Amino acid sequence: MTDHAVPVGGPILTRPFKWLMAIFGLGVLLLIWRFLAGLGATTALNDGYPWGLWIAFDVVTGTALGCGGYAVAILVYILNKGKYHSLVRPAILTSALGYSLAAFAIVFDVGRYWYIYRIPLHFWQWNLNSALLEVALCVMAYVFVLWIEMAPPILEVMQEGSSPFFRRLAQTTLPILNKSMVFIVALALLLPTMHQSSLGTVMMLAGQKLNPLWQTPFLPLLFLVSVVGMGYAVVVFESTLSSFFLKRPYETEMLGSLAKIMAYITIGFLAIRLLDLLYRGAFGLAFTSGWLSFFFWLEIVLFVASAAMALSPAVRANPGRLFQMAMLMLIAGGLYRFDTYLVAFNPGPGWSYFPAVPELFITIGIVALEIMIYIVFIKRFPILGGASPARSRA
Amino acid sequence: MGKARGFPISGGSVSDKEASGVGRRDFLKACTMAAAAVGLSASVGKAWAEAAAKGLKPSVIWLHFQECTGCTESLLRTSHPAVAELILDLISLDYHETLFAAAGHQAEDALKSAMEKGAGKYICVVEGGIPTKDGGIYCQIAGRTALDMLKEVADKAGAIIAIGSCASWGGIQSADPNPTGAKGAPQILEGKTVVTVPGCPPNPYNFLGVALQYATFGTLPALDKLGRPMFGYGRVIHEDCPRRPHFDAGRFVQQFGDEGHRLGYCLYKMGCKGPVTHANCSIQDFGEIPGIWPVGIGHPCVGCTEQAILWQLPIAATVEIEHPTPPALYPPISPEHGGVSPVATGVAGLVGGALIGAGIMASKKLMAEDKATTKEE
Repeated sequence: MTDHAVPVGGPILTRPFKWLMAIFGLGVLLLIWRFLAGLGATTALNDGYPWGLWIAFDVVTGTALGCGGYAVAILVYILNKGKYHSLVRPAILTSALGYSLAAFAIVFDVGRYWYIYRIPLHFWQWNLNSALLEVALCVMAYVFVLWIEMAPPILEVMQEGSSPFFRRLAQTTLPILNKSMVFIVALALLLPTMHQSSLGTVMMLAGQKLNPLWQTPFLPLLFLVSVVGMGYAVVVFESTLSSFFLKRPYETEMLGSLAKIMAYITIGFLAIRLLDLLYRGAFGLAFTSGWLSFFFWLEIVLFVASAAMALSPAVRANPGRLFQMAMLMLIAGGLYRFDTYLVAFNPGPGWSYFPAVPELFITIGIVALEIMIYIVFIKRFPILGGASPARSRA
Repeated sequence: MGKARGFPISGGSVSDKEASGVGRRDFLKACTMAAAAVGLSASVGKAWAEAAAKGLKPSVIWLHFQECTGCTESLLRTSHPAVAELILDLISLDYHETLFAAAGHQAEDALKSAMEKGAGKYICVVEGGIPTKDGGIYCQIAGRTALDMLKEVADKAGAIIAIGSCASWGGIQSADPNPTGAKGAPQILEGKTVVTVPGCPPNPYNFLGVALQYATFGTLPALDKLGRPMFGYGRVIHEDCPRRPHFDAGRFVQQFGDEGHRLGYCLYKMGCKGPVTHANCSIQDFGEIPGIWPVGIGHPCVGCTEQAILWQLPIAATVEIEHPTPPALYPPISPEHGGVSPVATGVAGLVGGALIGAGIMASKKLMAEDKATTKEE
């Protein structure tokens, strides 16, 4: 990890932070209601659509947005591009938050949450042919690994803290952690590769319930490739926003080169997506599927627009345009996941689903919580790189 | 079970049956199954078993006239646990020309003694049409016409059951031009209650249900205006047909052997009379073997229980359907599950719009800032 990272400092309880707390508070109240009254009373889930917003957004899109750590780690540790190192800590932080909250979302999404602890423990009951088991174990393990990766900045703060117990704890664990970090990083690269593709496998197993425009044996690969592109977009997105709100200098040059990599990955994704459709003879459905055709083309246009922007040097030099490009990419990737999990999924005649109000507000509350924890972390722990003086606002 | 023939015609208790080769348990089981088969409760079956064991078996006089013996054959072939034998144990079949070992005068004496002994109590079963033309000379047994025999036997009977379509209205003998003037038992015995069990042949359980109810309780089941028991003939075949979903979905066999025929589509267009034929063929397996009835094997129903159809309408002719679609009160095939709350869509729209708007505003500010810094530099 970079030695240059420093806490941003400043007050925590700012006015936007209080707003976020209020939104989260509403979510907590609704969550209490969900646990008292049950899923049927608080959600629009039904037997045809047992997976709704909480799976499609909180888990599937949420972990994809949490893949910044994975995407940057591929660059830094596998392709050995050291110059991106300062992006690792914030990316890992968003990953840790995204994954932790996805895991939390699972707890209130499943009906019998009190049995969740059995998934990692009751190994003699494992169904080793289950894609969902793979996802569950991998996500649980990855959350654990991400927080180990996040441990050094926390321990660094403890080391200089006032409590002698924590100081000693940090002094003994930090060297061990730093030595074993190479294995942790290897694990952190392996786990998302496994479960992000499995999130595609899960819907591949839905068979004919998924529209042929989306249903393909390449679904696991498409999910994996798009998640890497989204990972870079998240880093661009969050770095630009942090710089903007915290009045720090923009990392435009580095983010620009990330955008270029993202563009190539997106082109690869689009190539697989379209060639697969042509090969399977399903491309005609892109024009004859009514609303689904619309969503298909919306996805394609968003991906293409984002990739086209990222290929333009003018865009890559401008933080505002870079930010737009990242937004387009995140919306495209998110839409691809929503389409696969909900829009193009048809469990049979008569079934319909649109998230209920409590579902929406619980999800919004969770996002608010994620932002709050992120703010606390960057202000109190050495996450963001560079001790540059505050940038003067024009 | 196969040794049931050995069990005594009268006397003894239910437990005695074990000595005679049929276990009490098996006997009770067969009786309750027969009860269930005709839509009566299990306790009725038990009552039958008790009655049979006490020797209260009804005396049955079975008359054969213009017929093919198909009704008797199907009754003997009720395939489940040797029901054929149990019929002979549950009822006392005192006169039956096909099943008799006796012949000639011996047989006629048996008829006479059965009528004398059981006067006013025995069941008279009629199988076959009765010729009436030229004094009924076209069917005679022991020098007596069917007309005479029927009148004499039915006169002292406790109950009269006409089994099969021939006995119910004349059957194939009565088809145009009806050379022998054949009629059914109800037309000959006007003024008397004749239970008709039409069919060619009828499901043996429909007959058994009537006979055993009379034997046990001395009553007859509810009948429709043609004398058919409601439990077996209250509904038309079409209502409970296993191919009904195909009818409702508009999937029809167009030609024998076509794709739809192989896939088991509705046979209406091939002339199926199911929509107007009152019978329980579609829910009561014939002889308890699933699927062995015309529609089950891919042939349209010929309407063998209906005088107006059998031998009157060509097999290929289609019939009028009173209610082509199910009533609106019936639950739909695919009910609506889940819905879209307008409030939720509104909230989702607002949140989504706010996020996109905030994103656009942020990027605008970013671009403005960038321009300003470039100028400063």
